[in-house]
Amino acid sequence: MAGILVVAENYEGRLRSATFHAVQAALDYAKVKGESDVFALVLGTDASKLARELALYPLAEVFCLEQPEIAHYTAEAYSEAISKFLESRPFDALIGASSTFVKDLFPRLAERLGGGMVNEVLEILAPDRFKRPMFAGSVIATVRLEGDPKLITIRPTAFDTAPKAQEGAKVTPVGPFAISLPFTAEFVQFEEVKSERPKLTEAKRVVSGGRGLKSAEGFHSTIEPLADTLGAAIGASRAAVDSGFCPNDYQVGQTGKVVAPDLYVAVGISGAIQHLAGMKDSKVIVAVNKDEEAPIFEIADYGLVADLFKAVPEMIGELKKVKSA
Amino acid sequence: MKLLVVAKRVPDPEAKIRVKPDGNSIVTEQLKFVINPFDEIAVEEALRIKEKLGGEVVVLSVGPAEAAEQVRTALAMGADRGVLIKADGVCADPGIIARALAEVAKQEGFDVLLMGKQAVDTDYGQTCGMLAQILGVPYAAFACKVEVEGESKRLAVVREVDGGLETKLIGMPCIVTADLRLNEPRYASLPGIMKAKKKEIRQVSLEELGVGVTPKLRVESLEEPPKRQGGRKVGSVEELVRALHDEAKVI
Repeated sequence: MAGILVVAENYEGRLRSATFHAVQAALDYAKVKGESDVFALVLGTDASKLARELALYPLAEVFCLEQPEIAHYTAEAYSEAISKFLESRPFDALIGASSTFVKDLFPRLAERLGGGMVNEVLEILAPDRFKRPMFAGSVIATVRLEGDPKLITIRPTAFDTAPKAQEGAKVTPVGPFAISLPFTAEFVQFEEVKSERPKLTEAKRVVSGGRGLKSAEGFHSTIEPLADTLGAAIGASRAAVDSGFCPNDYQVGQTGKVVAPDLYVAVGISGAIQHLAGMKDSKVIVAVNKDEEAPIFEIADYGLVADLFKAVPEMIGELKKVKSA
Repeated sequence: MKLLVVAKRVPDPEAKIRVKPDGNSIVTEQLKFVINPFDEIAVEEALRIKEKLGGEVVVLSVGPAEAAEQVRTALAMGADRGVLIKADGVCADPGIIARALAEVAKQEGFDVLLMGKQAVDTDYGQTCGMLAQILGVPYAAFACKVEVEGESKRLAVVREVDGGLETKLIGMPCIVTADLRLNEPRYASLPGIMKAKKKEIRQVSLEELGVGVTPKLRVESLEEPPKRQGGRKVGSVEELVRALHDEAKVI
């Protein structure tokens, strides 16, 4: 007996929404493979609670594993734990959503299991054939993956969220397993960037700033009020991160986060290929830039050639008028 | 401290990449090649650790003969010597690259091996985790800060993860992958470039390393993505907000 296993992401005691996109990708994969059952695995603190939540989705069975050695995530301990679980219950494919958690875990796990791995899948063509971006999204490659099991990370924006199921799935606690590492690999602390704003990868609206903001002060005093007015998450171009205007966690692009909100407002962003790769699937794109030749205008639905330091405050005023009307 | 650092040869990330009409490869004529930007940050970090604690920095690169240029650039930045693992014509399978690097890492021995979090050509980001597992060592990916605890032979690494910053403690020998904000790489100085000409670059083949060349991950074909259709320019902020409200209906 084999099957398809979704590796859920336990983020500080809650399931990341990307996990539900991974469930949908796994359902798609099962269909292509001619199978019906998809399983899931949740690990870490509160795994059993999260497993019950995940069991509301169309899964055959949800496994959960809680033990002190994996209370906090490390790639090393998680790889051992998952490998031990798979010894008793093998799967043909493991699927996870591309997040720093899965990007970190899957390569080590793939090698530990002697399998193969493909990342950032946009489309499942066959059980061993996929479409994925390369060269910062300038190229879409069709790739073939050999190896057993197959470890697959999917781009969350390329798959819908799985719908909830009629009937709840069975929840099965597994383990504990013997996990011993011959070296030091310890979680020390996690410092969450606290924000009242929606999460970048989950937001319906995103306001992003680029090099045109000129300074960290320019970034904050311009982008934040606009994001607040729109109830939007804040993003940034790599150039803005590089210039130290904002944290790397804000970065939208091939080497940062990939987003596809209903509304994406690019302020002072020229539109380098690697940035476009991270936001071009947004439903509506607005660009504000004083350079009318900026490549961002080629893909923006609405482009405004203007000095952003004048245009953005004006925009906030207009938006407030619309809101109160 | 024995430091190994990986410098992959990739097309200039600023360059426009085009697919050849046959869909098998990209157009490389006129294309400038550079060190993978994340690897360049790793090189800088290795040099800074050496400057603080002493030791040796050895640059590794898996690629065609031309990748010697990128090794030479890292030597000009200040690395001591290089190893070029020739893998001409072999596709960039992360499993093969990890095995090749593992063999050289075993020959050389190391305290810390550094590399970029991903290469900007294939965007796989798999090599580090695979290499760490093959070598049986811990790693810390997406580093934005590395503190070397020399006495206890440990590294405290701050990692850029979704939602914040995570600190991980790893014992040497270990692997670290560099994220964007770890440091600002230096430019090679003229004396550095002159000195680099005399530095040793050892060349080995996959065959000599005993690494098989059957990839698990194979690129079958390449295509350019569908272009997103642009819309229109608006004349004023007022017009923009009205269009977003009345037409696009997103506010």
